[in-house]
Amino acid sequence: MDLIRLKNVEKKYKNGVTAIYDLNLAIEKGSFVFVIGGSGSGKSTLIKMLYREEKPTKGQVIVGGLDVAKLKNKKVYKLRRKLGIVFQDYRLLPKLTVYENVAFALECLGEKKDEIRVKVLKALEDVGLKNKVHSYPDQLSGGEQQRVSIARAIVNNPKLLLCDEPTGNLDPEKSMEIMKALNDINKNRGTTIIMATHDEKIVNKMKKQVITLKDGHLVKFKQKGKYENEAI
Amino acid sequence: MKLFRMLGRSIRDAFKSVIRNFSLSLASISCITITLIIVAVAIIASFNVQNFTKEIEKDMTIVVFLDNDTTEKEAKEVERKIKNTDNVAKYTFQTKTEVKQKMQQESEVFNTVLETWDDEDSPLKDTFQVKVKEIEKISNTASKIEKYKHVAVVRYGEGMVDKMVRAFSSIEKITYGIVIALVLVTIFLIINTIKLTISARRREISIMRLVGASNFTIKTPFIIEGMILGMFGAVVPIIITMYGYTAFYNHFNGYLFSELIKLIKPEPFIYQASLAILGIGMLVGMIGSASAVRKYLKV
Repeated sequence: MDLIRLKNVEKKYKNGVTAIYDLNLAIEKGSFVFVIGGSGSGKSTLIKMLYREEKPTKGQVIVGGLDVAKLKNKKVYKLRRKLGIVFQDYRLLPKLTVYENVAFALECLGEKKDEIRVKVLKALEDVGLKNKVHSYPDQLSGGEQQRVSIARAIVNNPKLLLCDEPTGNLDPEKSMEIMKALNDINKNRGTTIIMATHDEKIVNKMKKQVITLKDGHLVKFKQKGKYENEAI
Repeated sequence: MKLFRMLGRSIRDAFKSVIRNFSLSLASISCITITLIIVAVAIIASFNVQNFTKEIEKDMTIVVFLDNDTTEKEAKEVERKIKNTDNVAKYTFQTKTEVKQKMQQESEVFNTVLETWDDEDSPLKDTFQVKVKEIEKISNTASKIEKYKHVAVVRYGEGMVDKMVRAFSSIEKITYGIVIALVLVTIFLIINTIKLTISARRREISIMRLVGASNFTIKTPFIIEGMILGMFGAVVPIIITMYGYTAFYNHFNGYLFSELIKLIKPEPFIYQASLAILGIGMLVGMIGSASAVRKYLKV
């Protein structure tokens, strides 16, 4: 079963720049996929289209059975509840503790307090932060903050986890910690993970599927791929 | 259950936001307060004018004076005609003797003067007092009756009273205009207040959207915040209405300037007026914040 399917997708921004040309893709449930490419290759645009921050100008984007392009603004939340998103800049709320930051996602969905508690602690355990529950984001290191944001993304047990350069602000050692956490989530929860990155070492080490984009075109889609410079 | 939980959260968030942005909230609240005080005065004034107009209309009567030499039989004839005239609600008949008696009772001076007249040379006339169904058609009905045989003169409440009613109703209209203008200004101010709280919470809202909060969840706290601002703004105007109007009523003993203008009794009027003020305040707050949310949240 394909979780994600893109058919003849084109994205042209209002300023006239075309970020994606005629893209066709199918991503299976439970897979771990890297999206690589240089600046302006369209990796961020691809991720943004998957969570309906951007709409494709042409073609079809189907995520978990939902036609994202046809989704009305009012109904976007239905898609967002099926997926978790992790950003380079963490996007945590500074005035809330680690626990509250993760619980926030579930509170927005109106879940019961005791259910929230169980799920939040489980998610924090999965990313190895159970001992920092009452800390505030500014008391944590970058890697820890990113793990909080991963916990927030997976707390609702989504089918899909989208990561846009999650290791972009971190040193190699912390980056590997993050990758380990993501790999565990992929294996233990069966969550499909799509991660945009330009970190060569990570891609080479993980040996996962790799989608290579260049100037908005799909260059390669390889199983157990490597970061190939000539493609970029 | 889930809806109640969400609503509880929204109310909690709204109160938090009012307190967190206190100076801003205070600005909106005082603006609403001033508007609502004027609205309250307008409501009290316009209801009193309506009340007073109605009272006067109730008293409006066509008085039909018959010719001096009208016989009893001819009077009966006129009575039959009046009875069959359109728009006549009810009528009473008074003979000149009854009129005389009534006038004698009214004042000492009349009493001594009228004493010297007997029935034969009395200048007084037999009269019909006619009440009409629709006050607007009173002149029409009066002129119809005037054409009947043996009818000498017809009088109805022209002049003073008429002008007064008209003056009051134009005052009422002007007040409405002012109230509408003020309400619009207040809505505009609330839009700005809510807009500022929204921009202070931009980050939070963007994260809410990312984690899949529905528009309802995002919007409701702001709309409730507007309603809370309206509610707080209504407190002072309601106090003014309750105590102010009662004091005003007692000071004038229920009449304004003359016995002609009767004021509405404070109870239960002040409670109804207060409820209306609270409703208007909350509605204004809600409309203001709803349009701010729509404009600046783009959800």
